[in-house]
Amino acid sequence: METITITMKNPPALYLEADVVSPDAFAGKSAAEIADLPVYEGNATGKLGDYFAVEGNSGATAAETKVVVKGDLKKVKYLGFKMSAGEVVISGSTDLYAGAWMSGGKLHVKGSVEAFAATAMRGGELVIDGNAGNYLGAAYRGDWRGMSGGKILVRGNAGSDVGMYMTGGEIIINGDVDVHVGTHAEGGKIVVRGNAKSKVGGQMVEGTIVVFGTIETMMPGFKPVGEVELEVDGEKGRFFHYIGDTGERHKKRKGQLVYGNLYRKV
Amino acid sequence: MSEYIIKNGHVFDPVQGIKGDKKDIAVKDGKIVDRVGSSAKTIDAKGKTVMAGAVEIHAHIAGPKVNLGRIYRPEDKLFTNTRRKGLERTGGGNSIPTTFKTGYEYAKMGYTTAFEAAMPPLFARHVHEEIRDTPIIDEGAFPVFGNNWFVMDYLKNNEVENTAAYISWLLKATKGYAIKVVNPGGTEAWGWGLNCISTKDKVPYFDITPEEIVKGLIEANEYLGLPHSLHIHPNNLGNPGCYETTLDTLKLASGFKAKNRFGREQVMHLTHAQFHSYKGTTWADFESGAKEIIDYVNRNKNITIDTGNVTLDETTTMTADGPFEHHLTALNHLKWANCDVELETAAGVVPYVYSPNISVCAIQWAIGLELALMAKDAMRCYITTDHPNAGPFTRYPRVIKWLMSAKARGAMVESFKHKDKVLAATDIGSLDRELSLYEIAEMTRAGPAKALGLSAMCGGLKPGMDADIAIYNFNPEKPVADPEEIEKAFSRCAHVFKSGTEVVRNGEIVSNGNKRTLWVNAPVKENPQVLHDISEKFLKYYSISKANYEALGHHFVPNPYAVEVEVAE
Repeated sequence: METITITMKNPPALYLEADVVSPDAFAGKSAAEIADLPVYEGNATGKLGDYFAVEGNSGATAAETKVVVKGDLKKVKYLGFKMSAGEVVISGSTDLYAGAWMSGGKLHVKGSVEAFAATAMRGGELVIDGNAGNYLGAAYRGDWRGMSGGKILVRGNAGSDVGMYMTGGEIIINGDVDVHVGTHAEGGKIVVRGNAKSKVGGQMVEGTIVVFGTIETMMPGFKPVGEVELEVDGEKGRFFHYIGDTGERHKKRKGQLVYGNLYRKV
Repeated sequence: MSEYIIKNGHVFDPVQGIKGDKKDIAVKDGKIVDRVGSSAKTIDAKGKTVMAGAVEIHAHIAGPKVNLGRIYRPEDKLFTNTRRKGLERTGGGNSIPTTFKTGYEYAKMGYTTAFEAAMPPLFARHVHEEIRDTPIIDEGAFPVFGNNWFVMDYLKNNEVENTAAYISWLLKATKGYAIKVVNPGGTEAWGWGLNCISTKDKVPYFDITPEEIVKGLIEANEYLGLPHSLHIHPNNLGNPGCYETTLDTLKLASGFKAKNRFGREQVMHLTHAQFHSYKGTTWADFESGAKEIIDYVNRNKNITIDTGNVTLDETTTMTADGPFEHHLTALNHLKWANCDVELETAAGVVPYVYSPNISVCAIQWAIGLELALMAKDAMRCYITTDHPNAGPFTRYPRVIKWLMSAKARGAMVESFKHKDKVLAATDIGSLDRELSLYEIAEMTRAGPAKALGLSAMCGGLKPGMDADIAIYNFNPEKPVADPEEIEKAFSRCAHVFKSGTEVVRNGEIVSNGNKRTLWVNAPVKENPQVLHDISEKFLKYYSISKANYEALGHHFVPNPYAVEVEVAE
């Protein structure tokens, strides 16, 4: 695997849309060609090289390319956008849409991300060492097709609307989450190791949510059905089991109604 | 204005009966002429296909429900953004493009005239603001009448003259073009939680049936002698077995004869016939009723249709058939928007994904093609996708490919997951007809122009007509090696002229033209009863005053073109 390193040298005055920073866009290109890729600051089109120093070599394919992004990235959006393979390491915190529409490869953010990270993610792995903003692994605005595959790990906390319209894949949050978890979910799994606030699993049709800590306010549409022993994220424990959201339509499979499952640690 | 001479192209013009002969077309002062001077600019059309600009007879491209779709479907715009380029402004959207993109896309495909299929009269101002912002193409809009309180009140008592006087007033007030009917009576019944599934179901309170509404409106249409006929979306759209309701509706036209001075011969235009040609009793035994419908249409010369081809795309359905959209959201569980328009109509919007892997969708695809392939008179069957309901209008080149190439259709059928089911439920497998370019010109130009009463103005290349011309990179003398060549050629024109101005060159916009709003002015002698009723209803029921209702002046209709009708009274 070849490594290409881009380092912020001229931070933008406005926010920078850098949707070309991915193994897919870099693969097979020289450092000079990569520096020539277009980025947008407000309504002005610029070049990646205007903002970043580009060093190293890319691989022939995305899978053979590792991208390291360094410097102050707090005003940079879309890092790892639509990546399908390879690796991206972001050395600090970054803005909106990190790893959005990613379908493969590994994206490691050593700081925190703002909202819409991993929007409509289909595959691959996203690791966030810090906190995640709102709408992590959610559907794009208006869309009903959220995260459908892959794995997200947040070592810190996450904001609101995690996994909205999720249909597959897994999200693990080591810290706490804000309101609305797995809203409209039709599959997938969300694990919250810390505490949740309210509206957990609202209008959920199918899928799994596990909360290790407390849930401040339960949704009235969830029905307690007993206690179960589970092994979640490598940890065994006893959980209260709820099904729901009973206010929402539910499919039948083999004659049985399918519900979303919500587990809270006893 | 400039003069042009288009030389050596293969001309297809049903108006003059020209079937691909090499012929020069001369343009002067916005019109087609016999000859031009030696200083005329030459366009070399050698090895290319030359047709009149195409005419869109039914699409939802302007107005409140289109805009509602744009607003509540941001995902339709995702990754479709086009940047400003030359004369082109930024645009976006796939099934519900922005107004600017709508104008550019039509023009690039060689369309020069288009009609918005359902204008809620109360929101005529909004419709016209969007039409104004859609560049290049001439546009008109059909106000909806099939659930209008005035119409139902008058027709309940068989007052055809009063109905006609009201229509005359409304066409002028809203700058409308024709009488559109959507689920007659059913949308009003929806306000009561009901629907009209057959032509004999009573509308609550008004005590009138769809049958009476349709016949009364045909009578009023012919009394006025309007350029277009009644334009109908019948009851019971989109349900298995609905073809029977469609036949009942078509039969209502029998006995009526077109009376007008525009050369129109039909008294009823059945729109998006595909959605009305379903047999079976449930989605499980769903099958095509295209044969039954097109056989009836073939036999009855006072009816025209458009197809409403399903293109197997993700799209946005939108119709003034409020109850249907409610029914649809219950089927696909996707988001639903609904709106009631006071005394006039209603509308609903639901996204829809026509998947080739779902047998019903694939059968719908086949039905739309069957209708066009089994039509005996291409001058009475027009290509549409009921944009965006069955697919985006930008797919017309693909529909033309399927109609012109049995190989392309066969490849589609082969790719279906439920191929056997589709072949069993339709005749698509045994239809080997391939439409000619001449027939395509009939179905997209001369035919719709005639049905709209515009045959003297557009849809043909006869001297005296508007110089609306499309030149395609398609050599009719060369065998088609790959059907994709057809789709590619019809997607982007080599040249397009609108009223004598070159608006597209090599698939790029080179002028915004001189867009007009077409409307129909059909004055009747003063009818005190109807004028009183209008004033009274505005005072008693409407939420706005009459002065805020009418679409007048430069802001709404900056470049009007009135089709003048002399009503014989």
